[in-house]
Amino acid sequence: MAKIHVTTTINGEPMEYLCEPDDTMLDALRGPLGLTGSKEGCASGDCGACSITVDDRLVCSCLMLAAEAEGHELRTIEGMADGERLHPLQQKFLEQAALQCGICTSGMLVASDALLRKNPDPSEEEVRFWLAGNLCRCTGYDKIVRAVLDAAAEMREATREAAQ
Amino acid sequence: MNLVTNNKWIGQRTIRPDGMDKVTGRAQFAADTTMPGMIWGKVLRSPHPHARIRGIDTSKAEKLAGVKAVVTSRDIVDFTIEKGAVMLGIQDMRWMCRNVMARDKALFPGHPVAAVAATTEAIAAEACKLIEVDYEVLPWSIEIEDAILPDAPILHEFNRWEGKPSNIMSRIEHKKGDLTEGFASADIVIERTFTTRPVHQGYIEPHACLISVAPDGKTTIWSSSQGQFMVRAMTSMLTGIPQSDIRAIPAEIGGGFGGKTIVYLEPLATMLAKKSGRPVKMVMTREEVMRATGPTSGSRSTVKIGVKKDGTITAAHGTFYLQAGAFPGSPIRGAAGCSFTPYDIPNLLSEGFDVCSNRSKVAAYRAPGAPIGAYAVECVMDEVAGALKMDPLDFRLKNAAKQGTKAAHGPTFPRIGYIETVEAAKSSPHYAAPLGEADKTSGKVRGRGVASGFWFNAGGESSAQVNITEDGNVVVTTGHPDIGGSRAGIANICAELLGIDYRRVSVIIGDTQTIGFSNLTGGSRVLFASSMVVTQSAEKVIQTLRERAAKIWNIDPEAVKWEQGAAHPVSPNAGQFEPLTLKELAEKAPAMGGPIGAGVQLNTQGADGGFGTHICDVEIDTELGIARVIRYTAVQDVGRAIHPGYVEGQLQGGVAQGIGWALNEEYIYTREGKVDNPGFLDYRMPVCSDLPMLDCIMVEVPNPKHPQGVKGVGEVPLVPVMAAVANAIHNALGLRFYSLPMSPPKVSAALDAGVRQAAE
Ligand code: FES
Ligand code: FES
Repeated sequence: MAKIHVTTTINGEPMEYLCEPDDTMLDALRGPLGLTGSKEGCASGDCGACSITVDDRLVCSCLMLAAEAEGHELRTIEGMADGERLHPLQQKFLEQAALQCGICTSGMLVASDALLRKNPDPSEEEVRFWLAGNLCRCTGYDKIVRAVLDAAAEMREATREAAQ
Repeated sequence: MNLVTNNKWIGQRTIRPDGMDKVTGRAQFAADTTMPGMIWGKVLRSPHPHARIRGIDTSKAEKLAGVKAVVTSRDIVDFTIEKGAVMLGIQDMRWMCRNVMARDKALFPGHPVAAVAATTEAIAAEACKLIEVDYEVLPWSIEIEDAILPDAPILHEFNRWEGKPSNIMSRIEHKKGDLTEGFASADIVIERTFTTRPVHQGYIEPHACLISVAPDGKTTIWSSSQGQFMVRAMTSMLTGIPQSDIRAIPAEIGGGFGGKTIVYLEPLATMLAKKSGRPVKMVMTREEVMRATGPTSGSRSTVKIGVKKDGTITAAHGTFYLQAGAFPGSPIRGAAGCSFTPYDIPNLLSEGFDVCSNRSKVAAYRAPGAPIGAYAVECVMDEVAGALKMDPLDFRLKNAAKQGTKAAHGPTFPRIGYIETVEAAKSSPHYAAPLGEADKTSGKVRGRGVASGFWFNAGGESSAQVNITEDGNVVVTTGHPDIGGSRAGIANICAELLGIDYRRVSVIIGDTQTIGFSNLTGGSRVLFASSMVVTQSAEKVIQTLRERAAKIWNIDPEAVKWEQGAAHPVSPNAGQFEPLTLKELAEKAPAMGGPIGAGVQLNTQGADGGFGTHICDVEIDTELGIARVIRYTAVQDVGRAIHPGYVEGQLQGGVAQGIGWALNEEYIYTREGKVDNPGFLDYRMPVCSDLPMLDCIMVEVPNPKHPQGVKGVGEVPLVPVMAAVANAIHNALGLRFYSLPMSPPKVSAALDAGVRQAAE
């Protein structure tokens, strides 16, 4: 079986890779691309540990074929911090102890970021329903929800200040 | 006890040492590494619940292009049954060797029968299909009721119970007083039977490992587990490679909850690597995790409690049957030993029965056995309080265990904090708040329930090394994998003792060849045990620092004190010297006697048990039968919260798991005896939108036998949950559920039956 050559953009960088026709995007990220921040908890779209965005749309990379990335813009956890500067969500997760084992954390952060891009001022309920596709077995979600709400508030404040 | 007051770092919500790696995707979990020349291993598993293996032919698989090695039970060291138990911790290697690879019989669907290593995962999977196994399919049983029948299919023919072949493998009992007399003196006696289903620990990270065996036998294991030393010891015993040749490196672990306290893949990958001469990586699928790794037991419990009219418990009797799965070893000790422990009961019999059946071997799950027993006991406690027309917390207070109470499992309690948890629950804002009105027009009703729980907590072996770097900072190495933030606790303690900023303390988990033996991350032992050895190591380091300063100042070491990260003369009488900081002393180290560091290894003692009391509010949609937890408060005696954020995290995580166990989670089996819901879609763990915020009240009754007052916290929070939810549902509906989970179909059916009854 011939491998497929894919040209895409990941975290703002142009990338190329070869994949099998049945490789998932998660296989490609974790394999040839070496981006192991996205995790595999189920490979069936049920845990969200593999969350990435494709053209700003939140997807489970385990449900996407690696070949489908051709020509799209992907973002993964590895592209979330701006160099040494953490994204406010990452900072709040640390400050609020919103991770225990950390295996769900990449997916949670990517999913939360996608939420705040769409809705900078979510209610607790909106956060809970948006993150319902991301399983966390350690935290009971309490601190995760708080961290997302706090980060959202801080980001709104920053936007307001920047506007003034 | 030298309990430090006015702490700068103990009790602070500092940033955890491994946090940055985990929020940026850098942290390396078990499946995140590769090695040059690496190939892939896959396991062939039995499709049958029970079958004799008459033969295995691997020749076709071996001939497939790309296949590099095949292993079967012939490659795994046999611990013969006749020679008797060979224990490693609580695990008998006779069962472990048969669990990692079936020998004469396959005992559950998913039981490994062979493993293959090949250049790609696809080839390895293909090769598994080419292995021919000659099975003689046998009758099987899964449920306890079936497995204890006189004519049940027997898993282990050697086993006798009351003189006959049986699946009842053992019994444990705790006894106190005279049961007959106790019940005779009671005014009210209530006896009920409860069942629970097997539930999985549900860690998001599947089991995985990467192993290389060099031609000289030197073995490197990269895997995630709750104990790199357990991995080393079990792999050594099952492969025959000496422990000194096995370096087990603890990867970051993506959840364990007890389920990663035994090995599944490591011995197989080691033998595949040895045979092929190539590093072998193995990663379980979620389905394999669900089918072949340990859920906890399903159970059948009968609990009888007798009380006087004034609410004094006179007697109690509990009988707990727990499914062990394919091999003996269900957590009957936790069920029989913990369930009545919050109460001072003069006449008590608590019995546990270990029952094998054709299901994967149980693995520990957060306070193993205790939540199962507590569910039954705490529900009966609620019924008794109802019959007495007493507030359920007052009823518990009236019978509460306290200092001097003799627990049925042995100890006479030192100062314990159970009463404090009940009182804190009683005076909590939650208990004081009214339930609030549900939307009655849409058929919703609300209820509130409470429950308590106990877990033993453990100490045990722990090792630490505290080193001062050449630039005057600190590296602490311990030997217990950190699942939930224990490194953050260690950093706080070390910074406190050395009087420096916590960010100057780096905390790492050593591998088996770089740090001394440390027991499993389990039994809620980690912060208790490791902070003891870290404290003693840090104290030795401080002693060295004082001696160095004394030498420089040419005064007696006793005249030097260590404060705020520097050596000072104890008083002006000792001499007038500028303080010498850690940094300065580190710089001078080469000339003043060499590197500064100390290690301590101990079998830590004095872990006090832990108590918790929970309050749960539910709202039930009576049309759909859906119960939702709308408010929850967990109160626990945590001894001393070294890092409150991660202590709360333990409480909240345990509560969430308990809510899942109470309302949705269960193993469902097909008529063929296979798990029918081996994925997250059908095995329904709580998601974010299922839960409310989970409130925590940390009661701090310091452990007098610990330098910082620490008690284990991780396991207690799961113990009371199912009963708290069940009691809340009873309060809402006036209906009591005697089996878990209280899932929508069950609640609907009960409501329909209730309505029918009322109509008849
Ligand atoms: S691994 Fe993709 S959703 Fe679980
Ligand atoms: S922190 Fe462990 S699964 Fe979320």
